[in-house]
Amino acid sequence: MTEDTPQGFSRRNFIKGVIAAGAVASSSAYLFRTATVHGQPSAAGAVERLITLTVNGQDRRIDVMPQETLAMTLRYKLGLTGTKIGCDRAECGACTVLIDDVPHYSCSFLTHRARGKKIVTIEGLADAATGKLSPVQQGVVDEQGFQCAFCMPGFVMAATGYLKANKNPTRQELAHGVSGNLCRCQDYDKILTALMRGAELMRG
Amino acid sequence: MAVIRDVLPAFELFQPTTIDDAVRLVDKYRDDYWVLAGGLDSMDWLKDRLRKPRSVIDLSRIPELVGIKEANGGIEIGAMTPLTAVVRHPLVRDRFGLLAEAAELVASPQIRNQGTIGGNVSQDTRCWYYRGGWNCYRAGGNICYADTPTAINREHAILDADRCVAVSPSDTAPALVALEAQMVLRSARGERVVDAEHYFVGPGVDITRMTVLEPGEILTSIRIPATWAGAQFYFEKVRDRQVWDFPLVNVASAIKFANGRIDGARLVVGAVAARPKRLASVEAAIVGKPRDEQTADMAGRMAVEGAVTLRHNGYKVPLMRNLVKRAIRGGPAAVTT
Repeated sequence: MTEDTPQGFSRRNFIKGVIAAGAVASSSAYLFRTATVHGQPSAAGAVERLITLTVNGQDRRIDVMPQETLAMTLRYKLGLTGTKIGCDRAECGACTVLIDDVPHYSCSFLTHRARGKKIVTIEGLADAATGKLSPVQQGVVDEQGFQCAFCMPGFVMAATGYLKANKNPTRQELAHGVSGNLCRCQDYDKILTALMRGAELMRG
Repeated sequence: MAVIRDVLPAFELFQPTTIDDAVRLVDKYRDDYWVLAGGLDSMDWLKDRLRKPRSVIDLSRIPELVGIKEANGGIEIGAMTPLTAVVRHPLVRDRFGLLAEAAELVASPQIRNQGTIGGNVSQDTRCWYYRGGWNCYRAGGNICYADTPTAINREHAILDADRCVAVSPSDTAPALVALEAQMVLRSARGERVVDAEHYFVGPGVDITRMTVLEPGEILTSIRIPATWAGAQFYFEKVRDRQVWDFPLVNVASAIKFANGRIDGARLVVGAVAARPKRLASVEAAIVGKPRDEQTADMAGRMAVEGAVTLRHNGYKVPLMRNLVKRAIRGGPAAVTT
């Protein structure tokens, strides 16, 4: 992965840098913004743009537009591009993240709704200190679970969320648990094998 | 229509924390607001830019709107209770299993985690001409694009169409009508309670709306009386894919027995008309009869009387007839997933 790139410079890091620069530019726009919509005295329940989100255990202070979806914020403000946008319509599952341990489609969830909630993305599953993969991730590696793997982060998050509620599912139950995710490679059988392996590893 | 998928159109967002504040906001922005429940129906409208409200009022931070509690022998479900919570709740499962079954068949797991029962019953129709931004009757125009010789109308209405042939897409709605639920609505003028059966309106009453919810009004909770608790329930939903899809037809029944004969019944079919279709005449006809093949057969035939098909939805007639038959006969629903 990128950590092994000798020069410490990779396409991925470059893209992340550009994204971070974009975030700075957009927050400066906030600072120098003249009073428009928010110039008027705020009614009960009006939202602030500068908010704190708890993502993968870290508090991240960011500038969020009222109409921004969580998938947009994660990818383009926080650089967490592991969360994929497939359909952007709650119909494919690639953008699945955990919000307070429950799988949600981040493409259809306003970022402002996530204030005060614990968000976990695919980047937050591995142990931060040791880099040890989570059981479901390890299961995917062990069983070579995916073909193109664009849908993988979503599947892994959906399975992780499902397994928190039901630790010992049958193959069919787990299939139902991740039925909100699509794989265009139609690799479902192998995916399920990998996720079942993950469930096994999770039970230890 | 070109779909712009970068960001949603700009709006002012409000996240009130009490029902009173929410009611004040919808009253204040009466002409130009959008109430956000789970957000799944809303996101389509907003992302397609077919609705560009000035203010969006998000109900997700109002604790009073979430939760299921016992009330007067029945239960009261907060409108913002996620469908997953409805499915899992022991009171719902034990006494009103019909609703748990219906809620479990909605869309996908993630959508059930986010989608709310209030949103599920209040969602707009899925007729793709209407949802595609065509200026049809429902959108204020003077034509129904789904009812023309070349229209694709496989999922449209076979009963009670009046200019518009769109159908009610909800799975929980037929179950709630069968259970004689009541909808609690709040506005600046106070509270009113509407029977679930009369919460939904057809095009003959108001062609631009699916429910009686008026501007400035919010659905706050759904009450289910003890009337049908523990009755014999049957719910079945037929759809193209076993995840995500809206029903082609769904059916909900609650039946009570006395001395081996049907003592009382509620029978409701969804996705065949603009509102959940309660079959009161069938309910009356089966009372006093034994639950057998003959009664079920009669119910099925009665149910589809008066059906008017469009070019591509003729299959809905036998489908509805058979589903009603099964809903009366009982037994396990067809295996899905």
